Amino acid sequence: MGKVIVVTSGKGGVGKTTSSAALGAALARNGEKVVVVDFDVGLRNLDLVMGAERRVVYDLVNVIQGEAKLTQALIRDKRLETLYLLPASQTRDKDNLTAEGVEKVIGALKQAFDWVICDSPAGIERGATLAMRHADVAIVVTNPEVSSVRDSDRIIGLLDSKTLKAESGERMEKHLLLTRYDPLRAERGDMLKVDDVLEILSIPLLGIVPESMDVLRASNVGSPVTLADERSAPAVAYFEAARRLRGEALPVAVPGEKRGFFGKFFGRKAA
Amino acid sequence: MTNVLTQPRPIRLKGRSFLALALTPEFPFEDWLVRLDDLASRSAGFFMRRPAVLDVSGLEIDRAQLRDLVGKLGARNVRIMGIEGARPSMLSPDLPPALSDGRATADIEEPAPDETGKTAAPPPPPAAPPPPKAPSSLVVTQPVRSGQSLIFTEGDVTIIGSVASGAEVIAGGSIHVYGTLRGRALAGTMGNASARIFCRKLEAELVAIDGFYKTAEDLEPELHGKAVQLWLEGDTFKVGSLA
Repeated sequence: MGKVIVVTSGKGGVGKTTSSAALGAALARNGEKVVVVDFDVGLRNLDLVMGAERRVVYDLVNVIQGEAKLTQALIRDKRLETLYLLPASQTRDKDNLTAEGVEKVIGALKQAFDWVICDSPAGIERGATLAMRHADVAIVVTNPEVSSVRDSDRIIGLLDSKTLKAESGERMEKHLLLTRYDPLRAERGDMLKVDDVLEILSIPLLGIVPESMDVLRASNVGSPVTLADERSAPAVAYFEAARRLRGEALPVAVPGEKRGFFGKFFGRKAA
Repeated sequence: MTNVLTQPRPIRLKGRSFLALALTPEFPFEDWLVRLDDLASRSAGFFMRRPAVLDVSGLEIDRAQLRDLVGKLGARNVRIMGIEGARPSMLSPDLPPALSDGRATADIEEPAPDETGKTAAPPPPPAAPPPPKAPSSLVVTQPVRSGQSLIFTEGDVTIIGSVASGAEVIAGGSIHVYGTLRGRALAGTMGNASARIFCRKLEAELVAIDGFYKTAEDLEPELHGKAVQLWLEGDTFKVGSLA
């Protein structure tokens, strides 16, 4: 039985889709079978980030409505043969997702894959609540700024009340993935510090992904950042996060905290 | 001329619940009124100074009949303060207002009939005095998240963790936050002016005690981030350091 992970945030534009693709690829690199499911019906992006947009025939809504078989809708990644994508429909809206349909699809995916990663849409409405409903583990993607942190806090509240795990009295395992972290801005005090975010959200930290041009570059060529350049700083952060997801106890380093000799001299630009 | 508000104090609006006698009339009304008269004759002043609510749910009557009934009750010194279970078409401004969401409590005891000419019934065993009611409190060991609303009107609330921005805690008694209070805390909401708010770190959006409130903007900036308690003296907020 595979593990179902929901990647969620409340706020849009914080890096849910980027993180879903990057973590999916990082987990699949180990030979484990991974499927990344796009729940953002009507505004799908995951196919672009994973470079599969030209191979989409059937989608999640087709499967839920019985118009296609699950195996017809799954798209295998060209670079990693254990990585699959289940795209969302761009022409429908989120009302086409039914609770029973989602349950059936997730149940079938759990049988066939080691990891089922659900890329949640922004917001707290139907799409987002259905994406989180069947999850075993939640990854809350947050940027170090106040509005993102407050929205994440709201999502954590929903994870603790509106999911099957919560309703059956179990505790949902939650992890914080801090993305778009900019060490220079953090040092200047323009951004919330890691400790402040952790204090507000009080869930364990899965990783800190630095703000980087590599992320944008990777999504423009249709590749998860962990496949585009695996030695780039964000890729390294995602690989480490994936290892922590597997249960490894790996300390999290805050980017920019250990600075080299030259960093001390040239770290700050004169005003 | 623009109106200048010279009195910045807001009007206090508070909810309060009272115990009322609920009367459920039955058809035919004439018979029911005879039984009511009988009850009243056995206990003079049973209805005096008792607020009464007329429960007409399930009765097929129109406005005229209702007005007639209220008038007949008024003639018997039964003053109806509200009507429960009436269709909107049955009500009018000259009738008592509609009431809803009533909750049943223990029945109000009917006055005992005269004992004359009856075999004396054995006196009921004296009821044991109810055990002193423990002051109720609620302890929450998780953070209160944004968008969550924690309502406990029965007593104190203790939170081991923080109250997030956009969350609210509403307590009938005091509120204790062993963490940072970033959201709203409303203490003493059931009319308890002696309730207090305690927190490890004050970053609240709004605090209120017994209907008096202060927003973050009205709180002294030097209190921000401090361990404090807040209470009410008259209608002014007092803040004390806990450090």
